Amino acid sequence: MKTNNVILETATKVILFIILLFSVYMFFAGHYEPGGGFIGGLMASGAIVLLLIAYDLKTVRKILPFDFKKVTALGLLFAAGTAAGGLFFDKPLLTHWFTYVYPPILGKMSLHTAVIFDTGVFLVVVGVTMTIIQTIGESE
Amino acid sequence: MNSLITLPLLIPLFTAIILVFFNKNVTVQRWIATIGSLLTLAAAVWLSATVYTQGIQTMDLSNWQAPFGITLVSDMLSSILVVTTSLIGFVCLLYSFRSIGVEREKHYYYPVFFFLILGVNGAFTTGDIFNMFVFFEVMLMASYVLLVLGGTKIQLRETIKYLLVNVISSGLFVIAVAYLYSVVGTLNMAHISVRLNELGQSGIVTVIAVLFLIVFGIKGAIFPLYFWLPGAYYAPPAPIMALFGALLTKVGVYSITRTYTLFFTQDIGYTHGLLEILSIITIIIGVIGAIAYFDVKKIIIYNIIVAVGVILFGVATFTTESLTGSVFYLIHDMIIKAALFLLIGIMIKITGTSNLREMGGLINRYPGLAWTYFVAALALAGIPPLSGFLGKILIVRAGIDAGNYWGSGVVLLSSLLVLFSVMKIFMNGFWGKAREYKQQEKVPVRWLLTAPVILTICAVLYGLGSEALYPIISTAAETLSNPEIYIKAVLKE
Repeated sequence: MKTNNVILETATKVILFIILLFSVYMFFAGHYEPGGGFIGGLMASGAIVLLLIAYDLKTVRKILPFDFKKVTALGLLFAAGTAAGGLFFDKPLLTHWFTYVYPPILGKMSLHTAVIFDTGVFLVVVGVTMTIIQTIGESE
Repeated sequence: MNSLITLPLLIPLFTAIILVFFNKNVTVQRWIATIGSLLTLAAAVWLSATVYTQGIQTMDLSNWQAPFGITLVSDMLSSILVVTTSLIGFVCLLYSFRSIGVEREKHYYYPVFFFLILGVNGAFTTGDIFNMFVFFEVMLMASYVLLVLGGTKIQLRETIKYLLVNVISSGLFVIAVAYLYSVVGTLNMAHISVRLNELGQSGIVTVIAVLFLIVFGIKGAIFPLYFWLPGAYYAPPAPIMALFGALLTKVGVYSITRTYTLFFTQDIGYTHGLLEILSIITIIIGVIGAIAYFDVKKIIIYNIIVAVGVILFGVATFTTESLTGSVFYLIHDMIIKAALFLLIGIMIKITGTSNLREMGGLINRYPGLAWTYFVAALALAGIPPLSGFLGKILIVRAGIDAGNYWGSGVVLLSSLLVLFSVMKIFMNGFWGKAREYKQQEKVPVRWLLTAPVILTICAVLYGLGSEALYPIISTAAETLSNPEIYIKAVLKE
C-alpha cells in the first residue's frame, strides 16, 4: 500500500537540503559553541530518514548507495587515526593540535585536528543510525 | 614519552576497524586477524618486559597531567594480564578459523572479537575508575554480540538474561563511581587512594566498598551473584565460551583485586572479612556444581566459579604472600580454563553432544586429545609441578599464617573435588567403550587441537618455570600490597 504523498515529497526536496546545510553548520560550530560531530551526524541522518519516510528504502538506497556499516568503520578510522596521530609527534594519545591561519577576506580562522576527529564522530553517528533504521525498515 | 603502553589497545582497535571493510572476504579477514593478534601479543610482551626493567609505565592522555586527565597505567600485574589476554585471544582465533563457521565470520565475528580484546586490555590498563567503566562497556557490548551471533534459540534466550544482568550491574557501577566521586572528588585511581587514606575509616567508604564488591561481583561471578553465569556461558560455541570463561570473569576479579588493595584498605576487618566469607561460599557452590553435573560444559563452567573463589580468598587474606599466590593462580587459571574449554569444544564437536553419559572411548581414536586433556586437567587441580600448584600453596599457606584454618581447608579440599570433577570427564568421556558417533561433517581435530596444545604447553612451562617467573609475579604482588609504589608512579610526587 503506497499512497502518492505529493505534498510531503515536494516539501522533502526543499527541506532536505536545509537540514543537511544546517547539520554542516552545526558540525563546524561545534568547537566553541553548541554543536559538533554527534549532533551534526544525528541531524544529517534525520534528513535521510525524512527522505526514507517520503519515498521508500529502495529510493534511498539508489541515492546513497553506501553500505552504512562501512561508513561507521570509516568514521572509526578517522577518529582512532586522529587519536593515534599524536603518537607520531611524540605526544600522548588523543593530544590535539591547532593553529590559526589568516586567509584573505575571511580573516582569522582556526585549523584544528579535533575537526578530523569530529568528522569521524559524524560518520559513525550517520552510519550507526542508518544501519539501525535500515535493519528495522527492511523487515516490513 | 612512552607510547608503548597504548599499543596493546591501539592494535586491536585498528585491526577491528580494518576488518569491518573486508567482511565478505573470509580469507583476507583471517590473515588480518592473525597478523593483528600476533602484533598485539608482541606489543604486550614488549610492554611487560619494559615494565619489568623500568618500573611502572604511565601515560597521561591528551597531555592532561594526572590526576586531572585520564591516565593509562601499566604496572606488572596489568601488563602480565594483558600478555595473557593477548595470548588467549590469539589461540582462540586459531581455533575459530576452522570451527566458528563462515556465516559467523561474514557477520563481523572477527571485528567484534578484537573489540572484546580491546575492552579487556583497556580495563586492565586504565588508571581511571570511570574510564574502567567505559572499557567494561566496550567489552560488554562486544560480548553481547558474540553471545547472540548465530541466533540459535538458546543463544537468544541467554543473551536477554545476560543483557539484563549486565545493564543493571553497569548502572550500579556508575552509581558506585558517583558515590565515590562525591566523597573523594577525583576519579584517578591513585588519587582516590591518597584521598581515601587521608579520610581514614568512615562508614560511607565501607558502603561504597561493598557496592563495588556487588558490581564487580556480578561480573566476576562470586556468590550470590554468579546465578547468570552457568546459563549464559553455556550458550555460545567453544571459542567464544573459552574467551568468556578465561577473560570476562577475570576482569571482574582483577577489578576487585585492584579496588580492594588500592582503595578500600581502611576497614579491612569488615570489607575483607566479607570478601573472605563470600569467596569461601563461592568455592563451595562452585565445587557442588562441578560435581553434580554430568554435562561437560557445565562442569568446566562451575570450575570457573571455584577458581574465582580461590583467587579472591587470597585477595581477602591480604598479605604479600597471599597476593602473590592470587596473581599466580589468576594467570594460571586464565590459560588453563581457555585450554579446557577449547578441549571440551572438540569433544562436543566429535560426539555431537555435551552429555557425558553419551560419550565414551574417545581415547582410542583421538589419543592426542585425551592426553592433552589429561595434562590440562591435572594442571587445573594444581598437581605439582604443573601450573596451579604454586599459586594454591601460597594462598593456603598465607591463609594458615593468618589463622584462617577453615578457609584454607576449604581451598585444599576444593582442589581434590575439582580434580574429581575433571577426571569424571576423562573417565567417562575418554575411557570406556568406544561408540559410534554420527557426524554431520568431518571434524578437523588436528587443526583444532593446536590451540589447546599451545595453551597447555604454556601452562606446563608456567608451572615448571615458576621459579624463574617468581620475581615477575612478586613484583606484581608487591605493587598490590604496597599501593605507595603505584601512587608514586602515577602522581609523580
